[in-house]
Amino acid sequence: MPEAQLASRVDGSRLTVALAGMWTAETAGDLEPQVASLIAEGGSPQSVLLDFSRVQRLDTLGGTLVRGIEMAFGARGIPIERSGLSKAAATIYGEIAEGLSEPAPAPAKAKPAIVQALDKVGEQMVDAGRDLVALVSFFGEVVAAAGSLFTGVGRFRLAAVVTQLDRVAFRAVPIMALITFLIGGIIAQQGIFFFRDFGADTYVVDLVSILTLREIGVLIVSIMVAGRTGSAFTAEIGSMKMREEIDALKVMGLNPVEVLVLPRLTALVIGLPLLTFIGNISAIMGGAMVAQFYGQIPIDIFFTRMQEEVSQRHIWVGLFKAPFMALIIGLVACIEGMRVKGSAESLGQQTTASVVKAIFLVIVLDGIFAILFASLGY
Amino acid sequence: MGEYETGDVIISVRDVAIGFGERMIIDGLDLDVHAGEVLGVVGGSGTGKSVLTRCIIGLVPKRRGKITVFDQDLDGLTRAEHKAIERRWGVLFQHGALFSSLTVKQNIQVPLREYLKLSEPLMDEIARLKIAMVGLKADAADKYPSELSGGMIKRAALARALALDPEIVFLDEPTSGLDPIGAEEFDTLIRTLRDTLGLTVYMVTHDLDSLARICDRIAALAEGKVIATGTMEDMLRHPHPWLKQYFGGERARAARVKA
Ligand SMILES: Nc1ncnc2c1ncn2[C@@H]1O[C@H](COP(=O)(O)OP(=O)(O)OP(=O)(O)O)[C@@H](O)[C@H]1O
Ligand SMILES: [Mg+2]
Repeated sequence: MPEAQLASRVDGSRLTVALAGMWTAETAGDLEPQVASLIAEGGSPQSVLLDFSRVQRLDTLGGTLVRGIEMAFGARGIPIERSGLSKAAATIYGEIAEGLSEPAPAPAKAKPAIVQALDKVGEQMVDAGRDLVALVSFFGEVVAAAGSLFTGVGRFRLAAVVTQLDRVAFRAVPIMALITFLIGGIIAQQGIFFFRDFGADTYVVDLVSILTLREIGVLIVSIMVAGRTGSAFTAEIGSMKMREEIDALKVMGLNPVEVLVLPRLTALVIGLPLLTFIGNISAIMGGAMVAQFYGQIPIDIFFTRMQEEVSQRHIWVGLFKAPFMALIIGLVACIEGMRVKGSAESLGQQTTASVVKAIFLVIVLDGIFAILFASLGY
Repeated sequence: MGEYETGDVIISVRDVAIGFGERMIIDGLDLDVHAGEVLGVVGGSGTGKSVLTRCIIGLVPKRRGKITVFDQDLDGLTRAEHKAIERRWGVLFQHGALFSSLTVKQNIQVPLREYLKLSEPLMDEIARLKIAMVGLKADAADKYPSELSGGMIKRAALARALALDPEIVFLDEPTSGLDPIGAEEFDTLIRTLRDTLGLTVYMVTHDLDSLARICDRIAALAEGKVIATGTMEDMLRHPHPWLKQYFGGERARAARVKA
């Protein structure tokens, strides 16, 4: 371990500071408190002499420390002399003095905490408003881009849509089927457990079917898609934004909305209803399975009762909502992606925001639909 | 110079092979870097200069061969020993590789925080010094990498590479993207650091001016090997057709006149 020393002595009215050893990055941590105490206890001598003669090596970190001593005494109006600098040390010291010649910029004054807190709240309100405007205006852009497909300006990118459909829908089938199967099973188990007390076991069929077909199927699938696909869209578009790929598209005369957003949105709008349909079937299968083994309701009775009691309209209610959910998820994901700034951190933030906002909006939208269908008596 | 006298072999690369999949990029390469020298590594685009650099600093695995830095074989090191070595070198990546969520100042302070125990004001002072030394304006300190120009990114990345006053710096095309004045200042800075701190510089470059002005030795990469090492004069005399073309071209002639 390299070593460095700092010693000071007073000759009459002059303070001599003797530096020795390795004044380098390794020793800077140890030297710093010594330098600080020298500055604090040095008092106000007539002059200061910095004696470098026993310094073996001086690098920019050590040099910055020494300069700290000079600046501190200099600020008290005390003249400073240097002696014993080697040629290399003198050069490096000159570089340091030149580099630090401008005074340090004053740090920005921090506002009081209460003002900061109020600031934050205000900012977030404004942001929320902007979000809404952004969503609507982005939707407008998408519609315009979609319109351009018909005027012949834009081009429908079938290959891209198919690729996206594969990623969004096809590859998601196993996980969606599994999750909805489990949810269906759980609902059935809870239903049987509580209905049994009333001897109304078979109502579990109505419970599972209506609940999944109308609400749970589409909701679970949308939330999963928001987490699985929405986040991927944001990250993809966001990292393209970061690396100026979006700008490259623009200057080539390509519309990023048409090239990147439309295929993704189209795939989602087609894929999410399909996934919902699969999810519905899978959830009902899960329910039927639990009814068979936990509730001793044979499968054929389950399905006969389902046919008799459950109207077909419930399926349409659920499926009707799916494309709207897809639109919300896709739009939010793409907007958040476009908002990514230069840093990796902002990519992470935007991806989180995309998922959180998409899930929130999906649930709000589902509530609105519930009110709508209820008032229509559907 | 640390414990190394000028001229000692500080990096030694022996019979190294690097490949990706089926393709061998480097095959049977030998190279020595001496303490206190500025070594310029040249070669056509895609000959593996960056890959070799990344291999020496341990980012790309090699298929065979041996690399020693500071007389230590990099393969047999423990995590702690490796860290101790990494502290003694600085790396400037071809594309800067600044941390995008940190400001320039914070980027420079990353190695300081990791390895040293210094107070905030001193670290700010050191960052300010490094920023000035690489020729950035003081107000760049609080900017994020996405707010910098290409040349500024290079300078900021150099400042970070030099943060700990390393013994070796690896520079991958340091002057590309700098204006000629900036490139010249850069050369001067490298020379000053070499002369005063005994810095060893391993520099991949296409900048003929830099090669002529500050490189003590040049190593030319082609066909997966070092085909020649030596001074600018040695390169000019070398019979290899690629070297003839590289150093015999119009641009090379102009650079020699200037130097
Ligand atoms: N991660 C990787 N996987 C596969 N091939 C790679 C990888 N990294 C580099 N290569 C290949 O290795 C070769 C050498 O690349 P390298 O980046 O070292 O070139 P270079 O000499 O630095 O060129 P330049 O002067 O353009 O920077 C190239 O052909 C490149 O395609
Ligand atoms: Mg390269």
